[in-house]
Amino acid sequence: MWRFLLRRAVLAVLVCGTVLVLSFSLTRVAGDPALAVAGPQASAADIQAIRVAYGLDRPLPTQFFDWVGKAARGDLGRSYLFREPVANLVRDRLPVTLTLGLVGLAFALVIALPLGIVAALNEGRPLDRVVTLVALLGQALPSFWLGLMLIILFGLRLQWLPIAGVEDWTGFILPGLVLSFSAIPALLRLTRSGMIDAMASDYIRTARAGGLSRASIVCKHAARNAAMPVVAIAAVQLGFMLGGSIVIETVFNLPGVGYLAWESVSKNDFPVVQAVVLLLALIYIGLTLGADMLNALLDPRLRA
Amino acid sequence: MGCGTCSGCAGVSEPVLAVEGLRVRFGGVEAVRGASLAVRAGETHCLVGESGCGKSVSARAVMGLLAPNAVRSVGAMRFEGADIAGLNDRAMGKLRGDRIGMIFQEPMTSLNPAYTVGSQMTEVYRRHRGGQQRAAVDRAASLLARVGMANPGLRLGQFPHQLSGGLRQRVMIAMALMCEPRLLIADEPTTALDVTVQAGILRLLAGLQAEMGLALLLITHDLGVVARVAHRVSVMYAGQVVESAPAAELFAAPTHPYTRGLLASVPVPGKVRRDEKLGSIPGTVPRIGPGFVGCGFRDRCAHAMAVCAEAVPLRQAGAGHDYLCQLT
Amino acid sequence: MTRKVAAALGLLIVGFTLVVALFGPSVVRADPFAQDLMNRLKPPAFMGGTDAHWLGTDQLGRDYLARLVYGARISLLIGAAAALTSGVIGITLGLLGGFFGGRVDDAVMFAITCRLSIPLILVALAVVSAVGASLTIVVTTLGLLLWDRFAVVARTTTMQVRTLDYVAAAEAAGAGLFHVLFREVLPNIAPHLVVVATLEVALAILLEAVLSFLGLGVPAPLPSWGLMIAEGKDYMFFDPWVIMVPGLALFTLVLGINLVGDGLRDLFGVRRRV
Repeated sequence: MWRFLLRRAVLAVLVCGTVLVLSFSLTRVAGDPALAVAGPQASAADIQAIRVAYGLDRPLPTQFFDWVGKAARGDLGRSYLFREPVANLVRDRLPVTLTLGLVGLAFALVIALPLGIVAALNEGRPLDRVVTLVALLGQALPSFWLGLMLIILFGLRLQWLPIAGVEDWTGFILPGLVLSFSAIPALLRLTRSGMIDAMASDYIRTARAGGLSRASIVCKHAARNAAMPVVAIAAVQLGFMLGGSIVIETVFNLPGVGYLAWESVSKNDFPVVQAVVLLLALIYIGLTLGADMLNALLDPRLRA
Repeated sequence: MGCGTCSGCAGVSEPVLAVEGLRVRFGGVEAVRGASLAVRAGETHCLVGESGCGKSVSARAVMGLLAPNAVRSVGAMRFEGADIAGLNDRAMGKLRGDRIGMIFQEPMTSLNPAYTVGSQMTEVYRRHRGGQQRAAVDRAASLLARVGMANPGLRLGQFPHQLSGGLRQRVMIAMALMCEPRLLIADEPTTALDVTVQAGILRLLAGLQAEMGLALLLITHDLGVVARVAHRVSVMYAGQVVESAPAAELFAAPTHPYTRGLLASVPVPGKVRRDEKLGSIPGTVPRIGPGFVGCGFRDRCAHAMAVCAEAVPLRQAGAGHDYLCQLT
Repeated sequence: MTRKVAAALGLLIVGFTLVVALFGPSVVRADPFAQDLMNRLKPPAFMGGTDAHWLGTDQLGRDYLARLVYGARISLLIGAAAALTSGVIGITLGLLGGFFGGRVDDAVMFAITCRLSIPLILVALAVVSAVGASLTIVVTTLGLLLWDRFAVVARTTTMQVRTLDYVAAAEAAGAGLFHVLFREVLPNIAPHLVVVATLEVALAILLEAVLSFLGLGVPAPLPSWGLMIAEGKDYMFFDPWVIMVPGLALFTLVLGINLVGDGLRDLFGVRRRV
């Protein structure tokens, strides 16, 4: 198992490297960033001054390795817009995004897992069909639209929950719920099919022949085996959700990394965009590696 | 066939398991059509037949382990004298693993890969007997030793995938015996194992039976297994028990045409001459739908008559020897 | 039974949207771009507005129905074009990786992993922002980013088909690589790919809506449904229907496409991949 994980870790490092290059190239894909920073009215001298100030006049490879080197030490450059170190900006906003992601994942698991189990136990019957329908509808729902509709509902009609900002933990409920909808269909389907397969397995038949209680059979024996792929998917979904936080944060006005990224993109604040792309990619890579480790832990067959 | 109706069980005690008139239907297929059998303490009763004859279904019907879409009806089903036909799943669950044990054909997939052998065994024990984990572990270790495993302590902490097929089957047997059941149902326990391993398992089962006075219902399609361990044999075909007799008698004097065909098709070293053709039964096992009347074997039987299309009478060929046929 | 009903419903929705996209603008003769600042934010005709604008007007007085109908064109166009582009890229990669195995496959898997690691929306936004917003750019960007599922499915199915007899027979008969790939392998993995294609169309449509909603997708004044929702956001507390209608349209279309995809999956007997 350790050899397997080592291979995965090496692969992760290689992917990181590729993402670094991609992220770096991203901001230079349309040409000279100095032009964008300087604005349409700038003179050639102004543009050149900006170039020198931000080190954009050096050869590309030099810029790249310089950036990587600094990033490794925690220096992600300075934001053109805020004139602050990017690292500070990100550090201030990361907790909000991470909390949002975790709340979203929590909602997704709390909703999808029980529903998936219930659907599996009632396979083919009305309850199963209803649950499958819900998954289908959830998949087609645009998250930003759902967010807006909920804002109208809770902001205008029922005044139960805050609809913008995060004064306290309740501000994460609505956005977290909307975010969870993107992960629920996949988790639901996987849980359901995993449970159906588990319940039809020979070892469940043995458990029944041993007279074990229904609760033990479903929750302990079947669920344990159905859980393994779900864990991997859950980690991946968290990664996607963090990527999708950009939409939710703009809709609900949450001061997170996603909102920062959106502001930076629309205002061509390249150092920030570069850094956030890198950060999100690193988190995703870390999550998938963690999912592999968790899988190895859960499945004794992988440990040998 | 069933006690009270057949001829040969006079003077012996109540059978541990008595089934009369078992019928099982899946959708449009009649898998079991009025099967009856009885198993006594200390007796190995082999239920033999080819695939699809309904023998596994019968065993599962007794245990209440049929698929949700199965419809079961039975004239009488008694375990240790008490009626179990009317029990719901929860009540039946109290008997399963405790008074009645069952082992299955596929040892490779019949154990949960996520839990250790020990935890699976102790869970069954503590479900029915309660008590401390310590006592359950001790019992599990002693049973593993009893089924012939060296180093039980090590095995208890291992996961199923770390054991070979033969070892897993021994674990299954030990697990089924954790609560000292009166009846053990073994559904093709050796079919998926190597020939060399089979003999060991059969010997183990025979030994355990002698020691614990188990009633053993052994389901198999292999006449070799029957010859080796059976005290009593019931031959099943197309959902019915077509012949039932003490083992020695069945081999000496098979009466039902199907049984005779079956025995004739097994090559016996020394008895078969090189130029003799090996017997075989032409045709295939039919799929019986609802409303089928008469003998299920008539399309393949060399002695079929017009009257075979009507309800078939139960006849006796000797003490404790019954068969279902129009022929006398 | 319900499965067939669902698939039929999906076909109905998609078909209807197609018809609307193709013929709608000729039927609804109002100009989706014509502003009429005197008639801003009028409600639909059945909620008290004028008959001239059956679904009312938006914040710049433009006919809502006309914009909705035109938006159908945009969604379907982008969805199809992006799925086509990503399909070509993904299927090629998957075929090569699945067929050759070894280093080639390692490279393909590496590419897929890299693609999955990057935050999709953010990268798309960055590209559009850097290069400039237009229909072509949006299609290209989505096409260059959405190929991963195509690649994964093409790769897995190619690997399964690779070892089958008819492929070996073709190779033994001296068939060239292209022939084997495109005449033997591809037709047999096509059902799986068609199912993936429908899902990718739906995804592309949703993503375009997200990009346009965030202001970095289809440029104004083109009536992308996502953009309409963004524009209506400022007025949604007064007139919720301003964002309800395009959102509902989006939801219905994506649902319809997903239903068709599920129906195709049942038709081809394809096992579901998460």
